[in-house]
Amino acid sequence: MLQAIAFYVFSFVLLVSALMVVSARNPVHSVLFLIFAFFNAAGLFVLLGAEFLAMILVVVYVGAVAVLFLFVVMMLDVDFEDLKKGALQYLPIGALIGLGMAAELVLVGSVWAFAPGAHTALASATPAGMTNTEALGHILYTDYVYYFQIAGLVLLVAMIGAIVLTLRARPGVRRQSIPAQNARTPAMAMEMHDVKPGQGA
Amino acid sequence: MGLVPFFQSHGVPYGWAWTLSYGIFTVIFELILAVSVAFFILADRKIWAAVHLRRGPNVVGPFGLLQTFADAFKFFFKEVIIPAGANKILFLLAPLITATLAFSAWAVIPVNAGWVISNINVGILYLFAISSLSVYGVIVAGWSSNSKYPFLAALRCAAQMVSYEVSIGFVIITVLLFAGSLNLTAIVEAQRHGWFAFTMLFPMFVIFFISSLAETQRPPFDLLEAESELVAGFMTEYSSTPFLLFFLGEYMNVIMLCGLMTVLFLGGWLPVWDVWPLNAVPGVIWFLLKLFALFFMNAMVKAIVPRYRYDQLMRLGWKVFLPVSLLWVVLTAGWVLFRSGGF
Repeated sequence: MLQAIAFYVFSFVLLVSALMVVSARNPVHSVLFLIFAFFNAAGLFVLLGAEFLAMILVVVYVGAVAVLFLFVVMMLDVDFEDLKKGALQYLPIGALIGLGMAAELVLVGSVWAFAPGAHTALASATPAGMTNTEALGHILYTDYVYYFQIAGLVLLVAMIGAIVLTLRARPGVRRQSIPAQNARTPAMAMEMHDVKPGQGA
Repeated sequence: MGLVPFFQSHGVPYGWAWTLSYGIFTVIFELILAVSVAFFILADRKIWAAVHLRRGPNVVGPFGLLQTFADAFKFFFKEVIIPAGANKILFLLAPLITATLAFSAWAVIPVNAGWVISNINVGILYLFAISSLSVYGVIVAGWSSNSKYPFLAALRCAAQMVSYEVSIGFVIITVLLFAGSLNLTAIVEAQRHGWFAFTMLFPMFVIFFISSLAETQRPPFDLLEAESELVAGFMTEYSSTPFLLFFLGEYMNVIMLCGLMTVLFLGGWLPVWDVWPLNAVPGVIWFLLKLFALFFMNAMVKAIVPRYRYDQLMRLGWKVFLPVSLLWVVLTAGWVLFRSGGF
């Protein structure tokens, strides 16, 4: 009973806030609604028994990724009202594509059939005698450890690639040297002048 | 908990009895917390004053004990001023976010064996999630004030908290490797034969302490409200009760992180030695003593250490804490594997 109430509240709020992400006038409001949607998705994960995923969703997406989104969006100085005025003329073609995709989804979904007994092959979020975290750990680090490592390597390559593409050494830039700053002594930093009256330094 | 059978005997179904019982415990616990925060604030001011050779607040009540309540009432009865250019809803939402998150973090902290509102399996991750969310209170406040100093503070806050969360995350991983569980009660029980602060995790304890100062924007890392640069930072436009909520949330976070350090490194409610006169003392007293000791260190840092420059703060987070904690994760994992005979 309580679980059902929680499920419907989380799903309803999730859908409404997802809708608000695309329809809010202010981009900062959009990001805040996105964060709210993440939150409700985490709530749904908790209801499924996938508590580890729920917390990681909040830590990674809400705590780090969305902060960076917000960071960028807050500093944008774009008049989104102007942009949206122009966007309205693409409404017919957008609606056409959307309808097409929705129709395809319905067609695919209505004829989809699961093999008999497929539901027994699904992994439970909490197998017998294990917490959700242990179950995930077994899958990621024991059963599929090589795929996990390859995924990590792909991400590493992408990260290095992004750094290499944006790094450039500009000549004539004065860079801060922390050791040089720390090695400064009063003798190196100060000069004593005996200024005679009426002459200046 | 204790009240579930009581409600059930009065004909309430189990689900609702459970909800009611937990609701009552939560309200009582949070009330105790909210009142004790007042005394923590007073203690902070008294310690700070003692370092300055001042008396500190000593007029309202005996030894100034009621000073914080007087301040709180003053804030309640002031007018709430909302700047004309501010985004009204978000402006009022921001202090609520801060205060609510600060209260909700306490749901998983065990103050004694079994004395915890919600003993969830991923307690430590829950706390990590909540503390990473508290950045939103500041960012939303800074943006919605529509004023330049709060906005600069919001930008500083976003960068600072994201940076220090990284090293806090790695420190937590080292503790988890030692404890073998994400449940806070299990982490405390794993320290029955030696607190984690006195094992090879001691450097992590130091890093966690310093990172927690940065995470709660306490001096020397209080760059978001650096008076000399940003007036009052993200709180510049706030007055009255919204300001009070920020103030409350900030201190709740400080105390929560002291409690978390107690649980992770100082053995939570466990006595110093498991011998007679010491283990007869209730666990909650031990927990509070350890929490006070950490809070005292927090207050002393505030009184003694000068404020960091922003580039120094970033350098400390990314170039010192991150590599050291990453190295320590590898070392700790190796040691745990070695001890369990994995080599």
